[in-house]
Amino acid sequence: MNVRSQVSMVFHLDKCIGCHTCSVACKNIWTDRKGTEYMWWNNVETKPGTGYPTQWEDQDKFNGGWQVQDGKLQLRSMSKAKSVTNLFHHPNMPTLDDYYHPWTYDYQHLFNAPEGTDQPTARPISMVTGEPCEINAGPNWDDDLGGSPVYAESDPNLAGLTIEQRQQLSAVERLVFFYFPRICNHCLNPACVAACPSGALYKRGEDGIVLVDQTRCRAWRACIAACPYKKVYFNWHTGKSEKCILCFPRLETGQAPACFHSCVGRIRYLGVLLYDADRIEAVASSPAEDLVEAHRSIVLDPSDPAVIAAARASGVHDSVIDAAQRSPVYKFVKIWKIALPPHIEFRTLPMLFYVPPMAPVMANRTGAVVDGVSTDLFSDIDDSRVPLQFLANLFGAGHGGPVKYALRKQKAVRWYRRAVTVGDVDMATAERMLREADCSPEEAEAIYRLTSLCTFDDRFVIPPMQREQALEMLEGPEPHKQGAGFGFIAGPKRGV
Amino acid sequence: MTNVAPLFDMFLFGALPYVALALFVIASVVRYRMMPYTYSSLSSQFLENRQHFWALVPLHYGILTVLAGHLIAFLFPREVLAWNGRPVRLYILEVTALAFGVMTVIGLVAAMVRRHSVPAIARVTTGRDWIVLSLLLLQAASGVMVAVLYPWGASWYAAIAVPYLRSLFTLTPDVTILAAMPWLIKLHIVNAFVLLALAPFSRLVHVLVAPVPYLWRKTQVARWYRRPKVAQ
Repeated sequence: MNVRSQVSMVFHLDKCIGCHTCSVACKNIWTDRKGTEYMWWNNVETKPGTGYPTQWEDQDKFNGGWQVQDGKLQLRSMSKAKSVTNLFHHPNMPTLDDYYHPWTYDYQHLFNAPEGTDQPTARPISMVTGEPCEINAGPNWDDDLGGSPVYAESDPNLAGLTIEQRQQLSAVERLVFFYFPRICNHCLNPACVAACPSGALYKRGEDGIVLVDQTRCRAWRACIAACPYKKVYFNWHTGKSEKCILCFPRLETGQAPACFHSCVGRIRYLGVLLYDADRIEAVASSPAEDLVEAHRSIVLDPSDPAVIAAARASGVHDSVIDAAQRSPVYKFVKIWKIALPPHIEFRTLPMLFYVPPMAPVMANRTGAVVDGVSTDLFSDIDDSRVPLQFLANLFGAGHGGPVKYALRKQKAVRWYRRAVTVGDVDMATAERMLREADCSPEEAEAIYRLTSLCTFDDRFVIPPMQREQALEMLEGPEPHKQGAGFGFIAGPKRGV
Repeated sequence: MTNVAPLFDMFLFGALPYVALALFVIASVVRYRMMPYTYSSLSSQFLENRQHFWALVPLHYGILTVLAGHLIAFLFPREVLAWNGRPVRLYILEVTALAFGVMTVIGLVAAMVRRHSVPAIARVTTGRDWIVLSLLLLQAASGVMVAVLYPWGASWYAAIAVPYLRSLFTLTPDVTILAAMPWLIKLHIVNAFVLLALAPFSRLVHVLVAPVPYLWRKTQVARWYRRPKVAQ
């Protein structure tokens, strides 16, 4: 057993209100530079919808992620042989057209325009060419456009849905959508890292954060094509790949990443998961129907004495093991099993998990009245407004089992809490539902507390990995005296 | 006056090669150590995809094949001459080399058209890019013209140019070999040295960091701040 720690995440989709505060927090800190205008390391998509970049989930188009071929796990876009042929022109490279052309406005014109009969307007100016441009796409262009024949109906996750189910999703006055915030998944089996010809991308050994070494990136573009989530971006100005860094400078100083910190709906949880690095390839090669369960099985119980011993032997610090034991992510993913990986069929083993949304699922009553508390126990999950198959395509590699389990448990928790606080549901029925949903009253109470009453410290259990202090302990600060910064940033000096 | 030409030849073919090689080696190493961030091909495929294919693919396959041909003849001149002993094989070699040369020229012209005509690409194109593209075009076009005007280069290159190049490596540059050469061939040779000298100051450095180690490296890469000592 080769135990490693991974800073992992849970997004609770029921709580996401689609406000994009996370995206803006990230943009203001990291991607406000030239060449990064179009990058949204954090973005929020409307589902059903085409996402960002457009139809990123369609791997027949983008060829991202892994596939099992002849019993072997292989990248779809890259191999040793393809590393030679893809070098000059990458056939799976998305272009700026798949995202959008960033623009600003000619604000000065509002002040400088000569006097005339019309009100002056600020024309959009391309931030790439500097010329006036047409705006025909943006980072959240299909925001809230559930039911749209252009966007919602082109969602790749609609595969396998019947015509009735598709129509049900976009029925006039009853159309349904939910939000899907995305950052880099910091995968255990990252396709971007495996594809990088120059070895610039790497996974940090201590916390599993996936980064791009800017001084080794040579613009071979393989990572952008290989990441099935399209979460590595190409900086068209510097010619380097960039991606979400999980705000590691913040994590290292004990702060939550900016998108987590600023989340208005408090949908985000962050904590350590311990996993067995020796099993990554075997787990990623599992048959599609077993993938969710296999992925869960690679996560180790941080309270198990055998795991603790193995973790120590593998060099995981006690403080990290302690953080893993208190991890909210561990509870959602492993104990309660209500958080699921997105598109596990891409086989990158993402370490960002989603609690599938209940709200549109539950509101499934006929007629105009939306009734969230049906009397027929779990049956409405099967014929819900968001067809189970749609959620299964997103969170279950097309298989509904794990999604159904998560939804049933969430519904049982709601009924139980309703019996406790409102009293219009009788406790005997609520407890029966809990039993049928594989949930004890204590567990229901814990899910309720961590979902609804969670404090900052409940949501973010950041292991003490303050590298800057560790660096001083290890090397002594003297060599860094009078330094001006880190990495390739040159210090201030006089003259050339 | 009679002295001037040999003196000029001495500079172009006796001194310039060494200056170019020294510049190439020193500047490449210094840039790699001092400015690793700039060691990149600076791909522009992200901004424009279709023309990129029709320019960059012929350009690279063409130039790599032609360069490989030059290198093979440089390393094994006798074998190449023996191969060319039969006219059929010589024709095949000449036509193949010419085809790849033309491919290079087409790719270069397409790349220049792309850089000029696509506004977003023009935006990320620098003066150095134009210099490099122009010199490369001059090199490829002069090579193609040499192949057309002075045929059977596959043989005379091995017989005449290779001894000169080898004399450079033995530090006894024999410029007299080239004295009788047409100016077009001299241009081709001089421009090659100019390109060599300028390579480390341009995006051409991406040749030096071609990702060969990918062919044998492990699939995944992890970096440790301090690799824990794993108990045995």
